[in-house]
Amino acid sequence: MKIGVYTCHCGGNIAGTVDCEAVTEWAGRLDGVEVSREYKFMCSSLGQELIEEDIKEYGLDRVVVASCSPHMHEPTFRNACQRAGLNPYFLEMANIREHASWVHKDRSEATEKAMALTAASVARVRYNEPLFARLSPVNQNTLVVGGGVAGIQAALEIANAGYHVYLVEREPSIGGHMAQLDKTFPTLDCSACILTPRMFEVGNHENITMLTYSEVEEVSGYIGNFEARIRVRARCINQELCTGCGVCEEKCPAKVVDTIFEAGLGRRKAVYRPFPQAVPKFPVIDQDNCIWFQKGKCRACEKFCPTDAIDFEQDDRILEIEVGNIIVATGYDAFDARRISQYGYARYPNVFTALEFERMTNAAGPTEGNVVLRDGETQPDSIAIIHCVGSRDVRYREHCSRVCCMYSLKFAHMVHEKLPNATVYNFYIDIRTPGKDYEEFYHRLLEEGTVFIRGRAASITDATLTPEEEGKLIVTAEDTLVGRQRRIPVDMAILSTGLEPRHDSHEVARIFSISCSREGFFKERHPKLDPIATMTDGVFIAGCAQGPRDIPDTVVQGAAAAARVLSIIGKGEVEIEAAKAEVNDLTCVGCQMCIESCPYSAIEHLEERQKARVIEALCKGCGTCVAACLSKSITLYHFTDQQLVAQMRGAMDALFELVPA
Amino acid sequence: MKYAYYPGCSAESSASAYDATSQMVAAALGLELEEIKDWNCCGATEYFSIDSLPAYALVARNLALAGRQGTSEVIAPCSACYVNLKKVDERMGDYPQLNSDVNEALAAGNLSYTPGSVRARHLLDVICNEVGCDAVSEKVVRPLAGLTLVPYYGCYIGRPEGGFDDVENPQTLDRLLKGLGATVPDYSLKSSCCGGHMTQIGTEVALGILRGLIDLAAKLGADAMVVACPMCQLNLDVYQNQLNSHFGTTYRMPIVYFTQMMALALGMEAAELKFEEGLVPAGPMLEKWQAAEASPQPRKKKSKKALPMPEPLDGGDSG
Amino acid sequence: MTLNPNSVYGRIISELHGGEKLRSCLQCGMCGGSCPSGPDMDHTPRKLFAMIAAGQDDEVLRSNTFWYCVSCYLCTVRCPQEIPITDIMYHLKHQAIQAGLYTTDAVDFSETFIGHVENYGRAFEFGLATQFYLAHHPLGGLKMGPMALAMLSRGRLNLRPTRIKAVRQLRNILNKAKEIGARG
Repeated sequence: MKIGVYTCHCGGNIAGTVDCEAVTEWAGRLDGVEVSREYKFMCSSLGQELIEEDIKEYGLDRVVVASCSPHMHEPTFRNACQRAGLNPYFLEMANIREHASWVHKDRSEATEKAMALTAASVARVRYNEPLFARLSPVNQNTLVVGGGVAGIQAALEIANAGYHVYLVEREPSIGGHMAQLDKTFPTLDCSACILTPRMFEVGNHENITMLTYSEVEEVSGYIGNFEARIRVRARCINQELCTGCGVCEEKCPAKVVDTIFEAGLGRRKAVYRPFPQAVPKFPVIDQDNCIWFQKGKCRACEKFCPTDAIDFEQDDRILEIEVGNIIVATGYDAFDARRISQYGYARYPNVFTALEFERMTNAAGPTEGNVVLRDGETQPDSIAIIHCVGSRDVRYREHCSRVCCMYSLKFAHMVHEKLPNATVYNFYIDIRTPGKDYEEFYHRLLEEGTVFIRGRAASITDATLTPEEEGKLIVTAEDTLVGRQRRIPVDMAILSTGLEPRHDSHEVARIFSISCSREGFFKERHPKLDPIATMTDGVFIAGCAQGPRDIPDTVVQGAAAAARVLSIIGKGEVEIEAAKAEVNDLTCVGCQMCIESCPYSAIEHLEERQKARVIEALCKGCGTCVAACLSKSITLYHFTDQQLVAQMRGAMDALFELVPA
Repeated sequence: MKYAYYPGCSAESSASAYDATSQMVAAALGLELEEIKDWNCCGATEYFSIDSLPAYALVARNLALAGRQGTSEVIAPCSACYVNLKKVDERMGDYPQLNSDVNEALAAGNLSYTPGSVRARHLLDVICNEVGCDAVSEKVVRPLAGLTLVPYYGCYIGRPEGGFDDVENPQTLDRLLKGLGATVPDYSLKSSCCGGHMTQIGTEVALGILRGLIDLAAKLGADAMVVACPMCQLNLDVYQNQLNSHFGTTYRMPIVYFTQMMALALGMEAAELKFEEGLVPAGPMLEKWQAAEASPQPRKKKSKKALPMPEPLDGGDSG
Repeated sequence: MTLNPNSVYGRIISELHGGEKLRSCLQCGMCGGSCPSGPDMDHTPRKLFAMIAAGQDDEVLRSNTFWYCVSCYLCTVRCPQEIPITDIMYHLKHQAIQAGLYTTDAVDFSETFIGHVENYGRAFEFGLATQFYLAHHPLGGLKMGPMALAMLSRGRLNLRPTRIKAVRQLRNILNKAKEIGARG
């Protein structure tokens, strides 16, 4: 056995805490080690060439790289081995960065640990067996979940490249939050005007199957070969017959507050289209509020529908589809302002949320764009905009929601435009404007005369102290630049609510086998270098589902996710990891414990022979079945008992030698 | 259920009306109160500023005595006592070093206390959440109809650690008073501070605070402010005259304990409820109540143009 | 950062349970905006924290801020970084007393109050009023006269303190606690 060991400095990342020279020297004395070297950056081309040359020159049959996490560079070094003619599974990595240099301060202890980890890999690698990755064809269809601007962008990129997309949206129309907005910062483009052409394109694209009012219920399979079950909820509208004329909506006697699209500021009917430019154009009957469904009478819509398109009997449909890749772009929820009771939302009528204000300033909204108090008539003379509502607060959401400063500035501008005599106060902690032309927009607002008070608003109250305050809402805050408390009487207050994960994001993550941060945003594969992919191959994330971001960043991510999908489709086939489980037929007793334990449903029971069998294409090599098998009949390749025991022994032997008893 | 009862020092003097009516109401609701034998002062807000460990030990002695009497819950009608008992119990649980220090001190008096073994409850909490506002309202024989009562919780109902109600917008007392038949406006200063000891050490500051509290209640048409803490009662009642002469105002706002109003609604005689202990007379309020006939409130007309109002969150959120 | 353990900042962090959270102050002003006696403080709590971080210990301990704290805990429950602000105010009182840097009557008020508790086991409202006012506000005390009389006539002031039975036990406990507190 000829083993080569390569210890990486990772610049100062490892060498700063671990004595790499000592590790190299120590490894050189280990059993079977033919050559031991150190290098500044093993992942550089020069570093890789070093390994390749040694394999050829010394005839190495195993390689150990002591460097970073295999998540980062296992593919890099496997490729290097392969180029030099060595089976890539003859490589073993020792993670002396995340597991040693980054987590320890004491140099000698970190060095000892790095030695032990390296020794463990050396002991293990001699038992590594040659394995061969299998290629699997890629289904060319893609599932995009979420019809907001991220999902729309991703779907269009893929569809325009000539591949089929299923776009699934929970609400009756695509468009997402962006469709609710009035203007977009800092350019003040009309949000609907720039979005609706894209929505229309999606609705009419020959390569896009749009499934609105629908939800993905289950996903199985693996990259290139997913199956998804989708529930298409009953609209109670026959889409073949409906022309979208809107008569049903006009005649429907049931009016309810629209808490989704109008953010609670307006009302809609029980049969409705969320907004005039909705895509698709078909309405839905909201069964919870429909008089027919609740009380068994009415059917006014049916009576007046000119094309007989109302269908009360319609049931939910279940659709099974096959796709090669999935993009999850399920967006965000706005923070519920009622949770911070000292701001008085839902207590004082003239406290509004940001989304309410978006609808208010929108010419197509409930007030036709007029900025008025809750009475629907009175124009306010003074308005307070409260930043960071629900954000930057460990009791609610610790993160900065990134967009609130900018949309608060936009609100101030809208008020100046619509009510030139009104005074606008912004209560802020820090003004954050990291985007193209964003700081310039802030400067513009300063020139427009917006009053900026640096201090987190403490409360909004109707308890007045002076005649001037009478009848007003009083915003209390410390003006931190002055160092004094201030009470600002206003007619209206707007709460700049933060962005938080969807209330059901953990549930959605489970369906797609991806993970969430503690807060509930979907977790990317790598925060810097792979913010689009997830730890599940073939499942990508885009938009605010991954974390708060503005429209340009969301569009970029949607397009980036599409590019990743297209590159997989373009390649046509994917390599399936060779580390798979296999059942030993001779000893398997057919107890089926493994079948129950497998999280990927990758084991089947062969009835006639009473044996278990691993479906190679579905197995992810997690090893759960190995632990569950009572007769020790399952082997997980690349993680055999022999390999793991050798690895542990290697570490223990090293520690016995290194650490004095 | 049997509870340990911790009356607090003010029960013996300035708040004897609260103590008396608390016991009357508890008896009427079937709550068995057993006074902690030989309890001592909780230290109010004074002891912590001078020396914290004796302050903890002072309170812990009461918890230890309550535990020795075999009760697992202690009722305090005074909010300041309640918050001290609760704070000391919780901090001892959170900080092991503090726990062992306090127990070392207690040992000097042959006592010991295990954090978490005696839970401090405010009387208002037990009445509303154990007996239940609905059960109380079923027992009402003379509803408080015709009276507008402003619920004033003060600071210690929900603070510091979040007790049994929303920290900023508590609802317990609102629900209770509504159940007694009173009209209860949304009083937005309900959990503001009454000024505490500032009446004694910085009168100007305190009078300003008190004026704001009474002013809003008066604007809401209150016949009385209803309190659940002797300190709140003392400041609002005893200093009302002084603030009137200081600001040139003419407030005559009776400050009554919620237990007094409960006792009234449960059919007890007003003469036995020590209303006369208030410096601001409660007489006019009581006369109004006796003369009142239940009349339905006129409904406000809503304009057609009015925008929908968001629904409040159920139950509130303590953050 | 290593703090001087004898500085105001260092002492808050090492002596106060939860005091280390002061490090995470964002200077947002929530405490200063919420404080009911904020308008009368010479520095808002937020500013005081900035001064503590800047090492202006003398000015900090001479401030009236913590003496005007009414212990209502509003800042504590609202602080977005969960800093135990009220407890820090208590600790600053403690530090100011030790340093002899205070000009307020509040200390005497507290000490008179505590004196009763230590002697009788109970608070003594009448005694507190008479002793404190005679010593500090003879004229203010006159103004208080009618109020006290009104309370007396309504049976709301006891002229004699109540004494608990086990005063000695209580004193033993408190003395022990002081001893433990002093050894730090």
